Amino acid sequence: GAGLIGNVAGAADDLEPNSLEDIRSYNNYYEFGTGKSDPAENAGALDTSNWTIKVGGMVDNPGEYTLDELVGDLTQEERIYRFRCVEAWSMVVPWNGVELADVLNKVGVQSGGNYVAFETVVQPENMPGVRRNVIPFPYKEGLRMDEAMHPLTMLATGIYGEPLANQNGAPIRLVVPWKYGFKSIKSIVSINVVAEQPETTWKDINFREYGFFANVNPNVSHPRWSQATERVIGGGLFSARKDTLLYNGYDEVASLYEGMDPNALY
Amino acid sequence: MSVADHINRVSRRIPPWTIYIAALAWAGWLFWLGLSGNLGPEPINALEREYGSIALKLLIAGLCVTPLRTYFGVNLLRFRRQIGLSAFFFVVAHFSVWALLDVQSFGRVWTEIVKRPYVTVGMAALVMLIPLALTSNNASIRKLGKNWRRLHWLTYPIAVLAGIHYVWLVKGFPWEPFIYMAIIVVLLALRFLPKRKKSASKRSGQPQSAR
Repeated sequence: GAGLIGNVAGAADDLEPNSLEDIRSYNNYYEFGTGKSDPAENAGALDTSNWTIKVGGMVDNPGEYTLDELVGDLTQEERIYRFRCVEAWSMVVPWNGVELADVLNKVGVQSGGNYVAFETVVQPENMPGVRRNVIPFPYKEGLRMDEAMHPLTMLATGIYGEPLANQNGAPIRLVVPWKYGFKSIKSIVSINVVAEQPETTWKDINFREYGFFANVNPNVSHPRWSQATERVIGGGLFSARKDTLLYNGYDEVASLYEGMDPNALY
Repeated sequence: MSVADHINRVSRRIPPWTIYIAALAWAGWLFWLGLSGNLGPEPINALEREYGSIALKLLIAGLCVTPLRTYFGVNLLRFRRQIGLSAFFFVVAHFSVWALLDVQSFGRVWTEIVKRPYVTVGMAALVMLIPLALTSNNASIRKLGKNWRRLHWLTYPIAVLAGIHYVWLVKGFPWEPFIYMAIIVVLLALRFLPKRKKSASKRSGQPQSAR
């Protein structure tokens, strides 16, 4: 793991993080509306008190964990990651949190547990997007076990050393920097270790447009727009587009997908 | 005095060219908001969407003129050219922001137009608006005669294409694009419904023996 962490730090050297204001004001969180400013406007209503995460499936220690019980005793990390949305925009976020692998090792993954499935909280009374049914809820995401165990993958609880704002997925969210942003599920209330590839929201809505892997890949277009370049958030009205990097620049994950058709990995 | 009379009386005092001033000021104000960081941390897409949304609203406003007169006695006919040309202006602004500030390369602009159906549809609407904009003057109306009406019938397919363009670009099922599409469909249906009724009653009024 140490070598990989070294690479992470190396990759982070040239990254200039976006301002906290940018990170908190430009979000996709459809439970609070489909506009980019809707989450910042509406997410204040999210109730994050007495938060528990239900851990289940093929694990040794299932149960309802408080935030502190789940991650309080694990090594806290600060990771500056590129964040690339499937909509072809990107920002740089300094996350605080723990490696998902540490959480999974703590709860004990049983053999045959090939995938991890996550779910976002549903609070219809506090979430206008849920009442409007813009997409099916609860929002679901998943990772293959080797992806979940990769040292780059983290469960974040903060940004810039401050607790996550609700619109950023408070109090705890997934961060998988080499995948399109929709994989990095927010406000997690359920973690399940399962044998088969779980349901994932966007793929279930439209499998032609969104895959399970959803690795950042400039060579495979979204059917409705190109993924070759990205708009950089925070650069103003005349900011230049940037070339998108395979795996969002995190080449160390390439070995996870050896032998698979790269065109199937969008 | 009825509400319609009141609107008609007030609107008669407004010179139609004020709509051009308002459109220019509105577009300029939005551009300034984008420039000064008041359209959020990603102003390019925000401005693109603002201009596109205003263009669609103005297209719909143009389609409302006739039914407003037919069903409510509100006569805004003298503003229709200004509404239509302002819609064209915002479509061009929408396209320019997309091409110059967003896509940033002529090669990619062409690729997008050819490869992405929702862009193709939007582009088709823009191209069809060009002859309408060019003939939105008194000289063209005189010169083209009956053909002017035929040509400007294009506003109907343009509105439908613009509605599809919006529905097609969103993710999930937000309400807005579908509401716009429904309004466009209703406004077009109003064109055809009364006519069919009239011709049907005429036909039924004819004695069968006349055939």
